[in-house]
Amino acid sequence: MKLAAMTAGRLKAMLARKEASCADIMRSVLDEIEKREPSVRAFITVRDPADLLREAEKVDQRVLRGQPVGPLAGLPVAVKDNLCTQGLRTTCASKMLADFVPPYDATVVQRVKEADGIILGKTNMDEFAMGSTTENSAMQTTRNPWNTDYVPGGTSGGSAAAVAAHETILALGSDTGGSIRQPASYCGVVGLKPTYGRVSRYGLIAYASSLDQVGALARNVEDAALLFSVLAGHDPKDSTSLDVASPEGLLSDPPARLRIGVPKEFFGPGLDAEVQEAVEKAMSALASHGAQLVRISLPHTEYAIPIYYIIACAEASSNLARYDGCKYGYRTKSEGNVIDMMTASRTEGFGEEVKRRIILGTYVLSSGYHDAYYNKAAKARTLIRRDYDEAYRDCDVIMHPVAPTPAFKIGEKTSDPLAMYLVDIYSVIANLTGSPAMSVPCGMSRGGLPIGVQITGPALSEPLLFRVAYQLEGLT
Amino acid sequence: MPGNFDVQYVARLARIALTPAEQEKFGAQLSHILGYIEKLNQLDVAGIEPTAHTVPLVNVARPDEVRPSLTNEEALRNAPAKANGLFVVPKIVE
Repeated sequence: MKLAAMTAGRLKAMLARKEASCADIMRSVLDEIEKREPSVRAFITVRDPADLLREAEKVDQRVLRGQPVGPLAGLPVAVKDNLCTQGLRTTCASKMLADFVPPYDATVVQRVKEADGIILGKTNMDEFAMGSTTENSAMQTTRNPWNTDYVPGGTSGGSAAAVAAHETILALGSDTGGSIRQPASYCGVVGLKPTYGRVSRYGLIAYASSLDQVGALARNVEDAALLFSVLAGHDPKDSTSLDVASPEGLLSDPPARLRIGVPKEFFGPGLDAEVQEAVEKAMSALASHGAQLVRISLPHTEYAIPIYYIIACAEASSNLARYDGCKYGYRTKSEGNVIDMMTASRTEGFGEEVKRRIILGTYVLSSGYHDAYYNKAAKARTLIRRDYDEAYRDCDVIMHPVAPTPAFKIGEKTSDPLAMYLVDIYSVIANLTGSPAMSVPCGMSRGGLPIGVQITGPALSEPLLFRVAYQLEGLT
Repeated sequence: MPGNFDVQYVARLARIALTPAEQEKFGAQLSHILGYIEKLNQLDVAGIEPTAHTVPLVNVARPDEVRPSLTNEEALRNAPAKANGLFVVPKIVE
């Protein structure tokens, strides 16, 4: 087996036993990038191989000298291109930021570096993280490594594809409505969206600030736990960051009498039969090892997509107002007054989906419609949260499909924005409630595409989710 | 409400210019999406507190003390136009 195809856990053990060096791992990953990248196109930017090898060798030398190294020592980490990297171009897959070189690192990037992980490069995504397939990138189309006619999912499609194609060992993503979990399920990798506030958003280019969360993509549950442990923690630079204890016991046995909530609203019309079968099989496997399946109801589920798109677009229209061609980002070449300059810069710099969401968000916040749309959605969001609070009286975690179908073909849904929005139907709720949620592979479709199951729980229940996921992984 | 959705007017508020073809396309697509969003009107939310965000934190501020920040040069490095340590923009005051 190639080093690039191994888990971080196994590589760490090999490094400890001196069976491989960090430079060997880096060379293997760079080989895979050279081989797979022409068809997968997961990366917008790969750093200079010479620099990468030099950094890997430096870690090797520290190990040789017996100096202490961090938990990610020498492991390549791919970073979604909406996370700022000092001195390394960060485009958000937009023409607007095509030449943007951040003067600082996102806190999560800094934490990876402090843990001696090596930033490999920047991965493709939907422009400004708006989309569900990574097709909205202004840079390139990323393809699903399992079948390159299919989408990798989105918006962290580049990160998920890179992990699945062995073009990296670990990856960072962001999740506003399913953008880590859905591509993880489409590409057959593990994806975690942590509790809102548990991982710093400082240096994450904002889309919808009350929903955005940074998280981890990895080859298995253990690797996701390793990366999450590095990312989690309080950050004074993020005013929504929670000051809570570090997550512990991520890989211990799940509780003896685990109650798994199975929400009936997630197993209705629109759910693909193969996905349903795979998810039910996963839950049965846990049940045969002592878990209890509890039928629950989350009655406001059908309102999640309307609520989500009102809130996300409203926040986007406000957040993206900063792109005015003045201080950084794209500026038009056309002449005119300052309003002309701003309008032309935004019109030329933003892609179609970004414009659609800014316009929708501007509308739902505009005078006369604010109450009917935005305020109503904010109140309905409370009803969704209450559904979950109520449900957690009867169960410890909730499980359901990550997405209604496996990956679909490239181009299949690009002409119908509403059909695309409905892809997120199961995943947006964790962002509305701020809960942690994980996507874990649980089977394959007959067409050879991966299927993922979502495990979610109350705020800060990541240790429980990991324990359940770890057990499930051993059973499937 | 979707009936009187004036896409050109809203786009102008957002400082985005649409071609006539885009007006037609976006207008139809956004009316379709707003039609779906209308579903929310089935819900009675009277007396429900809105959720703005999900963390139990309010008014988080750091101590009011001077600390290192970007230099002038770093802050201007990504500027589309600059001169004399300043951003250059089209004339604003007539």
